[in-house]
This record gives sequence, structure tokens and C-alpha cells, in this order.
Amino acid sequence: MNEIVPVVDMSGISIEFPGVKALDAVDLRLFQGEVHALMGENGAGKSTLIKALTGVYPIDSGTITVLGATHRFSSPAEAQAARISTVYQEVNLCPNLSVEENILLGREPRRRGGIHWKEVRRKAREVLDQLQLGHIDPGSVLSTHSIAIQQLIAIARSVQVDAKVLILDEPTSSLDADEVQQLFTVIRTLRDRGVAILFVSHFLEQVYEISDRMTVLRNGRLVGEYRTRELPRMGLISKMIGKEMDALAELERAESRRQPGRQDEAPVLQAQDLGRKGSVRDVTIALHAGEILGLAGLLGSGRTETARLLFGADRADQGHLSIDGTAQTFRSPRTAINRGIAFSSENRKEEGLIGDLSVRDNLVLAMQASKGWLRRVPRSTQDQLAEKFIRTLDIRPANKDALIRNLSGGNQQKVLLARWLITNPRLLILDEPTRGIDIGAKTQIQKLISSLAADGMSIIFISAELEEVLRLSDHIAILKDRQMVGHIPNDGVTMEDVMTIIAGTPA
Amino acid sequence: MSVLTRTPTPLGRTRISRLQGKARYAPTLATVGLFLAMFAIGAGMYPGFLSGQVFLNLLIDNTFLIVLAVGMTFVILTGGIDLSVGSVVALSMMIAAALLQAGWNPFVVIALVLLTGATFGLLMGLVIQVFEIQPFIVTLAGLFLARGLCYVISVDSITVTDPFFTAMAQARIPLAEKLFVSPGVVIALVVVAVAFYVLHQTRFGRTVYAIGGGESSALLMGLAVPRTKVLVYGISGLCSAIGGILFSFYSLSGYSLAATGMELDAIAAVVVGGTLLTGGYGYVLGSLAGVLILGIVQTFISYEGTLSSWWTRIVIGALLLAFILLQKLFSRKVKLA
Amino acid sequence: MNALLKHRLTWPVLALVLLLLLNQLFRSDFLSVRVQDGHLYGSLIDILRNGAPTILIALGMTLVIASRGIDLSVGAVAAIAGAVSCTYIYNSPDPSSLRTAAGGVAIAVVAGLVLGLWNGFLVSVIGIQPIIATLVLMTAGRGLAQLVTDGQIISVSNDSYQAIGAGFFLGLPISILIAAAAFGVAGLLTRRTALGTLIEAVGINPVASRLAGLSARSIIWTVYVFSGLCAAIAGLMISSNVTAADANNAGLYIEMDAILAVVIGGTSLAGGRYSLVGTLVGALIIQTLTTTVYTLGIPPEVTLVFKALVVIIVCLLQSSKARDLLRQRRRPVAKQSDVKVAV
Repeated sequence: MNEIVPVVDMSGISIEFPGVKALDAVDLRLFQGEVHALMGENGAGKSTLIKALTGVYPIDSGTITVLGATHRFSSPAEAQAARISTVYQEVNLCPNLSVEENILLGREPRRRGGIHWKEVRRKAREVLDQLQLGHIDPGSVLSTHSIAIQQLIAIARSVQVDAKVLILDEPTSSLDADEVQQLFTVIRTLRDRGVAILFVSHFLEQVYEISDRMTVLRNGRLVGEYRTRELPRMGLISKMIGKEMDALAELERAESRRQPGRQDEAPVLQAQDLGRKGSVRDVTIALHAGEILGLAGLLGSGRTETARLLFGADRADQGHLSIDGTAQTFRSPRTAINRGIAFSSENRKEEGLIGDLSVRDNLVLAMQASKGWLRRVPRSTQDQLAEKFIRTLDIRPANKDALIRNLSGGNQQKVLLARWLITNPRLLILDEPTRGIDIGAKTQIQKLISSLAADGMSIIFISAELEEVLRLSDHIAILKDRQMVGHIPNDGVTMEDVMTIIAGTPA
Repeated sequence: MSVLTRTPTPLGRTRISRLQGKARYAPTLATVGLFLAMFAIGAGMYPGFLSGQVFLNLLIDNTFLIVLAVGMTFVILTGGIDLSVGSVVALSMMIAAALLQAGWNPFVVIALVLLTGATFGLLMGLVIQVFEIQPFIVTLAGLFLARGLCYVISVDSITVTDPFFTAMAQARIPLAEKLFVSPGVVIALVVVAVAFYVLHQTRFGRTVYAIGGGESSALLMGLAVPRTKVLVYGISGLCSAIGGILFSFYSLSGYSLAATGMELDAIAAVVVGGTLLTGGYGYVLGSLAGVLILGIVQTFISYEGTLSSWWTRIVIGALLLAFILLQKLFSRKVKLA
Repeated sequence: MNALLKHRLTWPVLALVLLLLLNQLFRSDFLSVRVQDGHLYGSLIDILRNGAPTILIALGMTLVIASRGIDLSVGAVAAIAGAVSCTYIYNSPDPSSLRTAAGGVAIAVVAGLVLGLWNGFLVSVIGIQPIIATLVLMTAGRGLAQLVTDGQIISVSNDSYQAIGAGFFLGLPISILIAAAAFGVAGLLTRRTALGTLIEAVGINPVASRLAGLSARSIIWTVYVFSGLCAAIAGLMISSNVTAADANNAGLYIEMDAILAVVIGGTSLAGGRYSLVGTLVGALIIQTLTTTVYTLGIPPEVTLVFKALVVIIVCLLQSSKARDLLRQRRRPVAKQSDVKVAV
């Protein structure tokens, strides 16, 4: 009977944010004892759908049925009462409390005179044993454990509530291969006990390894529901990317532009075994003027970490770095900027925008910062620069006094690019410059990158979209598990080639 | 990173995590150690310092501060702060003194004062929670309001002549030969015991810690975060009112300028007692030790005839700084672990 | 008209005007300013003069708050400044000369700068939260001031020194001129250089500012030093006004008034965009409120109650949550800000 009636049946779910339709009539069904993968690119609506199911966001229309009862969740507590548990990528437990407390917090067994701590210990141990995690001391403080263990403890917590539905939101992004296997063992144990598991991950191989069925979303809409073994990898990728592929294809590979980089001169940037404990290691790069280096690798492979090391946002503690043949140690972004390096972060909102300042103030910020506060960039220069870049980058609205937080993502990204272009850098590091912005802006930014390189600027380009990396780069550096594992010239390299390198190198 | 190997070594792992787990007691242990060291130094330097009564006097002279520190511990554990406590003490004293002067029954007065304090705190908590305004500014407004209300009651000092209050002020409870405490000490210690119980044996208490460890996590775990956050300010208000009553027992008067700056002493006691200002770590017994340290500083200065009273403030400031730096080190360690 | 209603200075200015009119209702000569012995006198002048220390401290506080900080130690710094200058003057061989007064002022200013450096050090180098870092000096500061004065109230009689708080120049009280000068300097310093924008940038988004190459450390340090300087000058005014240094009561609660002035002036406690003019209006509102209470015949101490009510009202007006509740919005606030993460 359970084969037919789903544990969770979400149908026609729509959620609208001001100006954005995040979800448009999406369906999702979860059955007892299955691992169901929720797939989609950034911006497909995966997180929104999960948040609707866990009561974080109220839905605008549609129905959510759990175990036969229709719900309208308005808080996480209500979803939990309906036996839905969630384990997030950033572990949502209390690091200051013990493992056993984290497992039982809010449901501690009580007796006359308060919490029955012995019983707490017993129950925690029982759950940990069930998940073959008996080696974890229930009395130890959570923060003394690795993220992987913390995640397993979060799962233990949901097992303890006897959850019928377990949502795992990017649980593997910071785990190494052994840890992933341990997690999968736990997931299989739970699946065999009849729990319906919703698994979200960027790692295709993991999805194929663990999931039974999958639901694919794109741009807030449902693409379809498939059996994992019936949908080959390429089929899945094309369903996830969909029409975007055609749109991107318009930007044909500009072979004509590609004069080989000026190999005869000393490289602008040279890194030898650069690394930082706990961040990334073995970064070896040689980048000449006018070259584009693409950083490829899966989410969490160390792409952003590499960029931060090269920019001095994090201090390297291994290896060497030289600019124009002179050895450098970057202690802060300031020193890197003074050497002509610029870095546009993947995290626009947290690490890029000064939301409450105007477009103009944001544009001249880096230039002003390098001059120091005493020497203000004259207002007329500010206006000129702002007008120039608003025009050349087609920033809309074309109003230099608009607050940047009121611009769309694509236009914000252009302002941030312009912030660095104003400083006229020799090396521009772009981390996910095209993420979460519309196709039009995306194409514009890609064209801009090509023309900047043609003008002699060196560029390091990071993107989760491998095709984009392949299309733009002269060289490709490949990262895996926070280590640089390959560095190849891009002469007809295909996605498969890169994937092979990633798959073929042991961690 | 590869903690999860295929062949886990249960024994070794457990021992390491136990050891690391001990780190959370470090600031509190430092406090107790500091107290013992100071007491030992005092005993070495001054004849008569090493007596039970000197220790008991630390309690007798600081009953109100102990109770305030208890309330403050709840608030700081959630990551908040309550700047209004000193003013609420003064307000409680004024209400008590004024009503007693008007001939009210002392027990009714006490009940009313406690109710007022708790309500005052709850209202601040509600504003903080419902409107998402920083605790610091809301309780600052509370500080103004309570202090201003004192003046509304009376600008002058009011003497308390009520027989029950005077009896409480003069009563001494003998413990052993030549050792005694005041009734206030008993009350203060009962408050500490109740707080300890609530923090460690009730779900409410564990939620207080959970909020300090991560408010959004606590919320996602389905804990009663909003209710708990409002209640801690209610508890702090109630403690301030109890502190006010104890201070009335101690001083037998109500005065609008009383307990000025006592919020700083309470915060200092809590911090010196090992509670992290960012919340989540700390013990109410540590706060008690913190108050005793502030008390012993004062005792030192009174024993050392040449030092003037203002050294108390300077030393408290220095201690506060030292413990904040210690916390800074500690939290860095926690992050690394 | 709509733009005028939305301007963030509209409401504070309106409140100030209403308060002044209220006073005029009760005392018909309230708004009149008369000339006596070539000096200006009147309630308005009194408000400006008595409000000068608060204005000064609030100026420093505005920049500190804009940088996402807070300076709780300003009252203690003011007390220390008064204490060192009065003690210096009192102990000097020639306690009534201009030179001595200048020496006292110089020592106080240096003290303010040093204490500001200390606060800035704790916040920007050690990385302690501002409220806690400055709490240290708030706690210890009055003890230090008493240490300087040896617990006494130090009275000085030095005409030049007295002029700072009570003197006149060109018909105007010197304290007003000093406050006006400080306001001008702060305005020029922040808007003629890039300091203002960079303070705002650090206050709005410290992480992004660092990645844009901004040296937040030096900027944060600068604002605390400026705040210390303002507090020291205010302390000089206060002690000069009563020709004595009172380590216990000089500048008591002035940090609260200053924070209040900043908040009323429309600068958010969360940091970022600030308005010096707003702060000026805020400080004047507070001073006028005090005067109003006095005019209405209420015991002056009760002013605290009114200040508390003003704080609460202003904070509620600024709270986006409160506004949302008023608009009866169904969706949680978190949703809008999370949009970029969510979709």
C-alpha cells in the first residue's frame, strides 16, 4: 500500500518573492523507504522547495500532504511535529552543548525533579548505536567534533524523533570521501527502516550512487520525476541546464580572438605549491598577460579558497607566490590590490556589495580604498567614472545615485566588476561572476571577460558551470578535494576530459 | 579531517573529546582559582583575614549583587544584556520604602515589588523579541525609565522603619561559634540554587543555553526560542526586584540614586565568573564566584588602609578586561577544536 | 511633498519645532533672545549652551555608531579630562594664568586622545565587541578620574579656563562656538575627505570593505580617537562651567544622551548611513526636552522618564519589524532579505 501512497505529496506549490516567482506549480512526491534526489542548478528553486516543506517559508498556493494529512506549515516546529526532519549543510545544532543534549534537546526525558540525565544518556547512546556511531562519546561537546560527525549527530537527532521524512540539504559538501561513505551507510540504514529521504547534492556521482528516484527543477519549474537508473548522466545534465544551453551557445567560442598568451614574457602571476592549512593545497599556477585561467572543480573542491589565497584574503602558509617574478607574501587584500590584483567574490551580498551606498560610491570604493581616506577621489572624477561604466557595461537603471541594493543581481555584478576595472588591475580574479543572474547579463559579462583578456588583462575565472569555464579559458586548473590535481591547456578539452581527471585522481 | 576512519579507535577518541570538552570549564575554573589565590594572599598579608567570618561577610555585604548577577547570567547566556538592573533595584527600593511609609503590610509590599520587577523585565523582553530591537538599547531605555520613575515617587531619600524590614536588617543567623550570616544571604543562596536547578534541570534552562549556542539552530530544532528570550528578561527583572528588597534590608531606606552603576558590577561579576558575553557558555555558580571576587577586591582595599575606595573600580575594570581577553582566547580555541 | 515626508530629517526637525512651540505656550518670552552687556541671552541660547557638551559627544558617537560600534566610555572620558585639567591647574604655581589654563586644556585633550586610542585598540586590533571593549573604560574610568583628583572635588579659579564653559565671544557663549566649530570640523573631515563614505562602507559591510582593500582597522581606530577627543573637550566644558572637577558626577549618563541624540537623528544603531545634522537636531531635542520639563514645573530628574519614552518611540519607528507589523504583512521579514540565497 505504501508503494502507492506517497509519504509526502506536494502538488502545485508556488512561492513568490517580491519581483521573483521562486516556485511555479512544482510537484514533489516522496515514498517510504526511498532516497529521492532533488536536482537543479543554482536558482532552480531547490532550497525554496525544501524551505516550503520544512515550514520556513509559507506557500502561496498548492497543497502539502504528509502521511495522508494536509498541512499548511508556518514554522519549522510544525513541520517537525509532522515527522519531517531536516539536516542542513551548515549544521544546525548547538556547538556549546553535548552530543546527547543536541540529540534530545527539547525532548529530554523528565522525571520528578527535572531532566532525567541518565535516561538522556541512555537514549542518545541507543540512537548512536543504531547508526553505528557508537564510538562517539555522548557526553562530549559538539564543537569538539568534525563537521562530518556533527552532521551525523544531526541525523541521529532526526532518527530520535522517529522522523518519517528526512531532508538532507547538501550534506556532503564539506566531507571527504571516507566521510561520505559513512554518511551513505547511515542513509541506507535509515532507508531500509522505511524513512523517506530527500537528498540534495551538487555531486552527480553521489546522487547516482545513493538515490532511487529524482525530481529535476529548473528556473522554479518542475522538469520531471525520474527513476535514477533510467536517466543517464548526460540526460540529467541537459534537463537541469535545459534551454540555457542554447542561449549560451550563441556566444560561440571566439577562436579568432585567441592570440596565444604572451608566453615569452615572465608570467604575471606564478604560484608554486601555494596552500593553507585547512583550506587548499598544492596550488601551482603560471599565468601570463592576456590569458584566462579557468578553475574547474566541484562545489567545495577549493576553487574559492584558491582565489582567496591568491588575493591575500586568507594568508597562505605553504608554498611561494610571485608577481612579475618578484616573490610576494600577501597579508591582506590591500597588499594584493597594490600589486594590481583584483578579486570579485562569489558571495555578492556578503562580500561584495555595500548595500546602503549608491552605485557611484560602490564603483569607486576600491579606488578610494587604495588612495586612503585623506585623498578623496574628486566628485567630478567619481561622476565621470560612474557614467562611463554605467554606459559601457549597460548598467540599469542608469542612475549613479541609486542604492545598489535596489539593483538586480546582474546589474549588481556589473557594478562590482566595474569597481575593479576602475583600479585597472593586471590580474582579475572572478569567482562565479555569472551565478544567479539572468541570461542577458550573463552573456554580456562573458563577452566582457573575453575582451578584457584581449586587451592584455590576465583573468582567473571560476564557475560551477563547466561549459562556461571551457568556453572562456585558455588554461584550466582542476581542483579536487581542496587540492590542485591538474593544470591543462584548453585545446579542445571537453567536459568529459575534465571529469575524467577529477574522477581519476585519488584524493 | 578524516575523523571517520573505517576502524574507529573508540578509547582514544573518547579521551580526546573529553579533554577538549573540559575547555568549557576553563574560564569558570580560572575564576575559582583566582578567588582562592586572592583569599590566600589576603591571609598571608593581613592577620585576621583568614577567618570564616571574613568570607561570610563577603556574602553578607553582596547579597543584592549575587541576585543581580544570577539574573544577568540568564540574560547573557542567551547572548543578550540587561543594563536596567541597577535602576530597577533603585525603583524596587523606592516602591518598597514609599509603600511601607504609607503603612502597607510588608509582605504585600514585597509581593508587589517582585511583581513590578518581573513585569518590567517581561515588557522589555517583549519589546526586544517582538520588534527585534537590540537588547542593549531597550534595556538602556529601561534604565532611564526605572530611574526616572524613582524620582516620580520621591526626589528625597525615604527611611524604612517597618518592624519586619528592620528585623531582617538586624537579624543574624548563627552558623557556628562566632560565625553568622544575615537572612539576606540565605535568600541570595536560595536564588542561586534555584537558578542552578532551572538552568541545568529544566528544558527552559537548556533552551537558554541553546539560544546562546545558536539562536537560529535552536529555532530550527523547534525549541521555544521567543518565549525563552522574553522570559530571561523577566527573570532578570525579578532578580533585580529581589535585589532591591535585599538592598532595602541592608540599607533600610529608599533613595533614587541608590545602586547607580550597579549594572556594571553585575555584568563584571558575570564576565569574571566565566560566562561568555556572546552567550552559550557559563555557569551561575561562576557568577557567584565572580561576585565574591569583586567583594574580595573591596575587602582588600579596606584592609589596605592606604588604598582609596576608587581603586575598587579600577581593579574591577582591569579584571573585566583580563577576563574578556581570556574569553577571546578561549573562543578562538573552541573554534579551532 | 512626498519626498519631504520621507526625508529622514523631517520628523526630528518637526519634533524639535513642536517642543519649542510647546514651551512658547507656557512661557511667552521663551523664543525671545535679548542682548545684555553685548551678550546674547534667552532660553534658546541656554538650550544651545547647556546642550553643547552633549552635541560634542554625540558628534563623536555618530561616527562610532556609523562604523558599527558604540562608545560607552565617553562619560568617564569626560570626567577624566575634567579631572586632569583641573588638577593640573590647581597644582600649578600660577593657577590663574592663561598659560596654565592652556596647559590644562592640552593635557585633557591628550588624555582624550590616549583613551580613544585605547578603545580603538581594543576594538580594531584585539577585536573585542565595541560595547564590551568600551565597557571596560566605562567601569574603570571614573575610578581613574578619582585617582587623579584623589577623590576630592577640585575647584579652580582661572578666568581663562572658566571662559570655555561660561565665557562669551562676539556676543555668543564660547561653548556654543566650540560645539559649532567641532561640528564644522567633523563635517569637513568626513565629507571633504573620503572618511565619511569609508566609515559607512565599513559600517554597512565590513567583510566586503576588507575585500575592496579598505583598511578597516585604521578607520575604526580613527573614529574612536575622534570620539575620545570630543569627550575630552566636552569634559573641559562641563568642568569649566562649574569651575570644578567632579570625578563622580561629571558627564554622568551623558553617553546615554549622546546615543539617544544619534538615534533620534536617524542614524541606525546597526551602523552605516549617518547624519551629523540629524545628530545635532537630536541633541537639541534632548536639551529642549529637559528645558521643557523644567518649564512645565515637573521635577527635572523626571526628564529620564521622558527620555526613556523617546528612546522607545524612536526605536519602534526605526524598527522594520514594527513597520511590518503595522502594515500587517503576512510574510516574515526574513524572506525578503533571503531572496538571493533562496532562489
